Amino acid sequence: MIETALIIETVVKAVVVLSVVAAMGAFATFIERKVLAFMQRRLGPMHVGPYGLLQLAADGIKLFTKEDIIPQNTIKPIFIIAPVVAAASAFVAVAAVPYFPEFTVFGYTVHPIISDINVGLLFVMGAASVGMYGPLLAGLSSANKWSLIGGARAVIQLLSFEVVSGLSILGPVMMMGTLSLIDMNDYQIGGVSHWLIWKQPLAFVLFAIAGFAETNRTPFDLIEFEAEVVSGYATEYSGMRWGLFFIGEYANMITISVLVSIIFLGGYNDLWFIPGALAMLLKVSLWIFLFLWVRAAWPHIRPDQLMWFCWKVLMPLSLINVLITGIVLV
Amino acid sequence: MTPLSHMDFSHPYFGAFFLLVFATVVFYAITVLARVVSRRMARLDNEKLKLSLYECGPEVTKQPDKISSQFYLFALLFILFDVEAIFMFPWAVDFKILGWFGFIEMILFIVLLTIGFVYAWKKGALEWHSIK
Repeated sequence: MIETALIIETVVKAVVVLSVVAAMGAFATFIERKVLAFMQRRLGPMHVGPYGLLQLAADGIKLFTKEDIIPQNTIKPIFIIAPVVAAASAFVAVAAVPYFPEFTVFGYTVHPIISDINVGLLFVMGAASVGMYGPLLAGLSSANKWSLIGGARAVIQLLSFEVVSGLSILGPVMMMGTLSLIDMNDYQIGGVSHWLIWKQPLAFVLFAIAGFAETNRTPFDLIEFEAEVVSGYATEYSGMRWGLFFIGEYANMITISVLVSIIFLGGYNDLWFIPGALAMLLKVSLWIFLFLWVRAAWPHIRPDQLMWFCWKVLMPLSLINVLITGIVLV
Repeated sequence: MTPLSHMDFSHPYFGAFFLLVFATVVFYAITVLARVVSRRMARLDNEKLKLSLYECGPEVTKQPDKISSQFYLFALLFILFDVEAIFMFPWAVDFKILGWFGFIEMILFIVLLTIGFVYAWKKGALEWHSIK
């Protein structure tokens, strides 16, 4: 009987998480336009609804009612499936991530994690890197130069920073001796001084930079930079298919924010007088804001600079971080 | 008292698998729904070049799928170093148990890979081709 209850609980949680994260991703697009507008002394969307809040609904209606175009010479099945792969893989990565402390509803204890895997961190990074296939398939099937170059750039960018994020996360894993995100959170119980960021500052910086690159945010947004490759891999996409790519991208942003908060910033433990769930929300919002701030403040870099930065600076640094952590711990 | 205890569930991967199937079905259904809705509501013009590719010039030709070989070099380097990272993950989890022995073994492994990395660097695999 308990197993049945757990299965039902898991299904309900999956449905809730899918809808909530998709809604948060959609809302993040609105926040992004507002924040960027304020940073450039504009007002941003103001006309639809109070304070422009219904702009979301207007965008949704517009995406849905656009004519569904599949251009000539494209490879149809792959062209159709690519945005679905990009969006679905971003949401699968969410499965192994815990969000809040457990709470009780009608005497039933709910664990806010969809699948409590003991190699949760590895699962999240693996599932998120499957998202690489979205741009790759889109770029190869579009039969367009811009799409092809954009897809190729997306793939090497994700591959290169996969190495950096994998190596930089080794230091924290060595200290905590676990890959389960729940145990990583428990390691940091006891206030700000127990946060891992003080013990692994280099790993934190490296992982944050890799997170920016893996979510294709500025300054590493060169895969869809208008002046170079029209719209990158999404050049030939329009309507809801185009929308799915961006739902996936914003879901990835949320996942990276949650990961950084849990591994380095104390996760959902109580923070002074703030309850754990609220602390987690604040940390994730702060990270999303940081993503937008960096976009407003920094110009983007060239592909060769990106590769130079990744392979000649970040990769050796992350290896050195592993060695230093080892020497200190042994 | 930990804020979140582990779930006592004998099938931990069920949730991930369910989410995979559910997300794929939902997102595919959204594209199908958008197709149906747009057939009803969008303006359907039958212009000659509407389905052509985004390109300067009206002629639609099949584009060759050719990209710079540099991309392949980086993909090769990725295989080398991501396998390294994956190999190091179980070692990192058991690091405190393995102690000095495990640490020295891993240093030897890293040194071997660093030789390969230095070779790739010296060969210029990490430089983007300049267009001179």
